[in-house]
Amino acid sequence: MKHAVWLAGSIVALLALNFALPRLFNPYIVQVVMLCGINVILAVSLNLINGFTGQFSIGHAGFMAIGAYGSAMITIHAGKGWAAALGAAGIPAALAQAGPLLVALLGGGLLAAIAGYLVGLPSLRLRGDYLAIVTLGFGEIIRVLILNIDAVGGARGLPGIPGWANFFWVGAGMLSVILVARHLATSTHGRALFAIRDDEVAAEALGVDTTTYKVLAFVIGAFFAGVAGGLFAHYLSYLNPNSFTFLKSIEVIAMVVLGGMGSVSGSVLAAILLTLLPELLRPVKDYRMVMYSLMLIILMITRPQGLMGSRELTLAMFRRRRAAAAA
Amino acid sequence: MSEFLQQLVNGVTWGSVYALIALGYTMVYGILRLINFAHGDIYMLGAFFAYYAARAMGATSNPSPLMALAVLLVAMAGCGAVGMLIERGAYKPVRRSSRLSALITAIGVSLLLENGGVLVFGADPKFFPQIVPVKSLALGAGVTMTNQQLIVLVVSLGLMFLLRVIVLHTRVGRAMRAVSFSHTAAALMGISVDRIITFTFVLGSMLAAAAGVLVALQSPKIEPYMGIMPGLKAFVAAVLGGIGNLPGAVLGGLVMGIAEVMVVGYISPTYRDAIAFVLLIVILLVRPAGILGRNVTEKV
Repeated sequence: MKHAVWLAGSIVALLALNFALPRLFNPYIVQVVMLCGINVILAVSLNLINGFTGQFSIGHAGFMAIGAYGSAMITIHAGKGWAAALGAAGIPAALAQAGPLLVALLGGGLLAAIAGYLVGLPSLRLRGDYLAIVTLGFGEIIRVLILNIDAVGGARGLPGIPGWANFFWVGAGMLSVILVARHLATSTHGRALFAIRDDEVAAEALGVDTTTYKVLAFVIGAFFAGVAGGLFAHYLSYLNPNSFTFLKSIEVIAMVVLGGMGSVSGSVLAAILLTLLPELLRPVKDYRMVMYSLMLIILMITRPQGLMGSRELTLAMFRRRRAAAAA
Repeated sequence: MSEFLQQLVNGVTWGSVYALIALGYTMVYGILRLINFAHGDIYMLGAFFAYYAARAMGATSNPSPLMALAVLLVAMAGCGAVGMLIERGAYKPVRRSSRLSALITAIGVSLLLENGGVLVFGADPKFFPQIVPVKSLALGAGVTMTNQQLIVLVVSLGLMFLLRVIVLHTRVGRAMRAVSFSHTAAALMGISVDRIITFTFVLGSMLAAAAGVLVALQSPKIEPYMGIMPGLKAFVAAVLGGIGNLPGAVLGGLVMGIAEVMVVGYISPTYRDAIAFVLLIVILLVRPAGILGRNVTEKV
């Protein structure tokens, strides 16, 4: 019952926000908000792999690219037709698009999850920097493959994706990845992941099935990165392989490390901060990226454990603080 | 057959450049366990320093071998200084924190050098002056080699030999090996660990600068982002050979250069960037420690 109320409440809230945002703010701000949301999904999903399980992955853009191109192809070749047929049957456009979009997002996520499974397998043999470099290689291989496949547009990019994703969908994606991460963190499975991060040998000795859990972290993380990619594709209506370079992976890693490894709320905060920062720095023009990189270095020197460390931002924290202030 | 030999010559030349960059990666990794992502950008800086040095010294109007050598040395000295600055300013403060935050710092430095480069040098590509006029040398069996390729080979082999002498036969080299073995033990033996780490950075940066100049000599278009891909690939080369292992870095670089040239020659130029990583994944799955790396058994 409680769950149903929460679910209904969040759907209503998201719909309200979706209705209000474009009416209250100009398109530029709405676009920044959307990109913040997509980056939050990416950062939290990478945190599942890097922060929770301690498997160092720097190829997240690869998973995102698979999700983006996969979902775009599903929509272009099937989803568009379904939406048109539903629309012709007299169903309102927003509803007629919802079904095909959901299918495309889940399909893209699933494709990315399969790739995550394949990338997760070497993590059974490789550790630390070696695993990192394999994931990096994976991301680059995906990008070069996309560049060379003509059916997805190659270097020209892939235009003509319907722009169905609005704030409702991005918000729903954000909420689901945060929920999954939080529930995972407090569950038996989550503790197994933390145990692997803290000491893999000890975890194995205590009976944690490290193989399954490491691959599981990759699969879940990749799935949500794929969903984020799908949202990205259906928001911008155009895809280009250059959006998924090594730099994109680095951007997401910076969010996770800056937020604090293993802290979901930290990832959310850092994702928003690092998306806003380049936008806020726009007035200084040429110095923008120089300032951005300087801030990254200074933040790492002054707060190496990240903004949140491994803690979470909770309502209880505020209550405690208020109680302390009152006393 | 002659075509294959020609490709091999090209591959070895290209590979020796990768090897020079990979040596810097592998030295820093061996001593700090840090992937120095800014290393590829040092290579870019090397090319730019040489560009400005060549113009200031007027090497374009009267090219001579001595002038070219002077340009190379200026670029190496400049990058050595930048390497020292980066180590002292950015990496030293994070040395005691987690390896991940050190890595993010390295990425930050890399972004800083690239975007700083755009700011200072401008985003549009510059054309490196021809400080050595091109001549073609016939090697027989239908294989030719330009004198620039020869210079690349000779200079990089010379630098590798020099590095080998420094690491194996000098006091500071012995100290470097001691520090890479254990910081604490080295410090207890009276080695100034900080100074050795800085020295390693300077050495690695000078090698990268030389690589930058050598590449600019052959393909004269230089721009601030030119270091990203070669940097990544050189790192892959270092891992391929077994990271932390100097001969491994050279071997990895050569394998990478030859593989790339062969892919361009026989398959398709568009797959050029992928072959490095495919090679890497295959080798790591078969030999997780790299070609020359030793498998370390884990003690519990």
